[in-house]
Amino acid sequence: MGKLILKRLLMMIPVLLGATLIVFTVMELSPGDPALAKLGSDATPEALEQVREEMGLNDPFLVRYGSFVAGLVQGDLGRSYKNDLDVMDQLMERLPNTILLAGAALVFAVAVGVPVGILSARKQYSFLDNICMALTLLGASAPNFWLGMMLVMLFALQLGVLPATGMAEGSGFLASLILPTITLGLQSAALLARMTRSAMLDVLRQDYVDTARSKGITERRVIFRHQLRNALIPIITTMGLQLGVMLGGAVTVETIFAWPGIGRYIVESINLKDTPCVLGAVVMLAIMLTFINLVVDVIYAFVDPRIKSQYNAMTKRRTLSNG
Amino acid sequence: MAKEKKTAGSHVQRTLTQEAWLRFRENKMALFGLAVISALILVSIGTIVYDLADGQELYNKYVISQNLRLKLAEPSAEHIFGCDEYGRDLFFRVVWGTRYSLFAGMACIVLAAVSGGVLGAIAGFYGGRVDNIIMRCMDVMLAIPSMVLAMAIVAALGANMQNLLVALAIPGVPKYARVLRSSVMTVKDSEFVEAARAVGASDGLIIRSYIVPNALSPVIVQATLGVSNAILSIAGLSFLGLGIQPPTPEWGSILSSARMYMRDAWHISVIPGLAIMLCILSLNLLGDGLRDALDPKLKK
Repeated sequence: MGKLILKRLLMMIPVLLGATLIVFTVMELSPGDPALAKLGSDATPEALEQVREEMGLNDPFLVRYGSFVAGLVQGDLGRSYKNDLDVMDQLMERLPNTILLAGAALVFAVAVGVPVGILSARKQYSFLDNICMALTLLGASAPNFWLGMMLVMLFALQLGVLPATGMAEGSGFLASLILPTITLGLQSAALLARMTRSAMLDVLRQDYVDTARSKGITERRVIFRHQLRNALIPIITTMGLQLGVMLGGAVTVETIFAWPGIGRYIVESINLKDTPCVLGAVVMLAIMLTFINLVVDVIYAFVDPRIKSQYNAMTKRRTLSNG
Repeated sequence: MAKEKKTAGSHVQRTLTQEAWLRFRENKMALFGLAVISALILVSIGTIVYDLADGQELYNKYVISQNLRLKLAEPSAEHIFGCDEYGRDLFFRVVWGTRYSLFAGMACIVLAAVSGGVLGAIAGFYGGRVDNIIMRCMDVMLAIPSMVLAMAIVAALGANMQNLLVALAIPGVPKYARVLRSSVMTVKDSEFVEAARAVGASDGLIIRSYIVPNALSPVIVQATLGVSNAILSIAGLSFLGLGIQPPTPEWGSILSSARMYMRDAWHISVIPGLAIMLCILSLNLLGDGLRDALDPKLKK
């Protein structure tokens, strides 16, 4: 198990290098002179040239990329062109808020999606199932930014029970988390419900379920130990994928709710044409996504002993053939 | 769109397509999706033809030109969807906006599916080192959240239609590469390809007549669902001010300006969103229906 994690961690390195190279190249394409952006339009050519030299803008592309990666490894993402603040510090300030929001949305999605899926599968083609599936279809089709606006109009403007924007401190915090969480999580909840339903339907009529029942096991145990456990792989895959989607969705949701996270930071930085901030934030999200994928893979092995033994057999074969 | 391509094939293919259509026809939800999408495509073509015919007179008069007397007017008999913050008729704006979402979404996916498909087919057909290099590059692209990558590209290249299409197509490429690679790999070693080779068919003929048609159906399914994602992303980026710019009546960009008037005018916020939702819902139903129809193995 430790070997599997170690191997996957090592495999993250080339992926992350490639991802940073893509983002770095894309940001290189942006027009405009960073030195000009930093000094303002009334700077003298000499001053501009000096700043260019200081910022390393005259170096070849690969050298600049190399020094960016060297900085990244040491936790240094450079400084903002606009306010000269350290990008890493700014990101670290906002990262917990994004993780919190995405985490809350995932919990919401699982807490709603999985039970609905189980219920729907067990009562397949019933009235309840039809209603649930119709709602999940609608939920999966609503764009999250629009959903956010609708929730704000209903709960903040009409009913006035929840705050429309911002992240409140102290006692109001939970209330301010509710709308962004639902906005970010509803689509995933809908997809998760559909996936859970179809995965449960696959295992519902398996022979081992009948066997378990004939042994007199309680229905509850049948559902959770024998059915859900075997339906977990596609459910976990969907969860992992959805967490990735949420990191992207956080951009719009954080903008609507003025949530001080990385997504809103990217939008603000793009509007200010603050390249180091955009670059740093995108790289940060890529690192998080890669890490999530790793965690999902490790969870697979935990949930499904077959995958673990497959992996063990693979490494054993390799050591045999090498030795 | 995809259907026509398939019917143009050989005799055996035609029966397969007919079979798929028979299965598809039984699925009422998928038929509903197909009907709505066809209607939306007709509306888009209709507005384009109308603009060409009257030299954008109606477009300029009702979709773009401002009339502050009707600012934020509620839906009424005269303006069934009401008016927006500049007194423009929302019905015309939403109807005229259909083409941006729909055609831009489709164009993106065609771009992504063709480039991803070619890469995937090369990777799957030749295997070995070529396969390894291409697929590792695809893995790298998948490591960046697609919406965020698209935003970075638009931010770097500037916000216009062309860049938006490229920005949304690029993150989609790896998906199609993966799909086509795996279908090519399964088909490549199948007995009918071996048989074709045995009777002396050339590589080109094998690829054209056996491998591509057999790999096509998962791509069609993926593309239908991909269009709905692309439409959501276009609307999302426009909503953030990074996509199609006002006064162009793109749905996401209408919603973006509606945000200021949520308190005073519910209709500007609600109606364009419902339009997006209808579009996405129909595409999802159509995609699910196509998957069930084209891949009988999945159907229990």
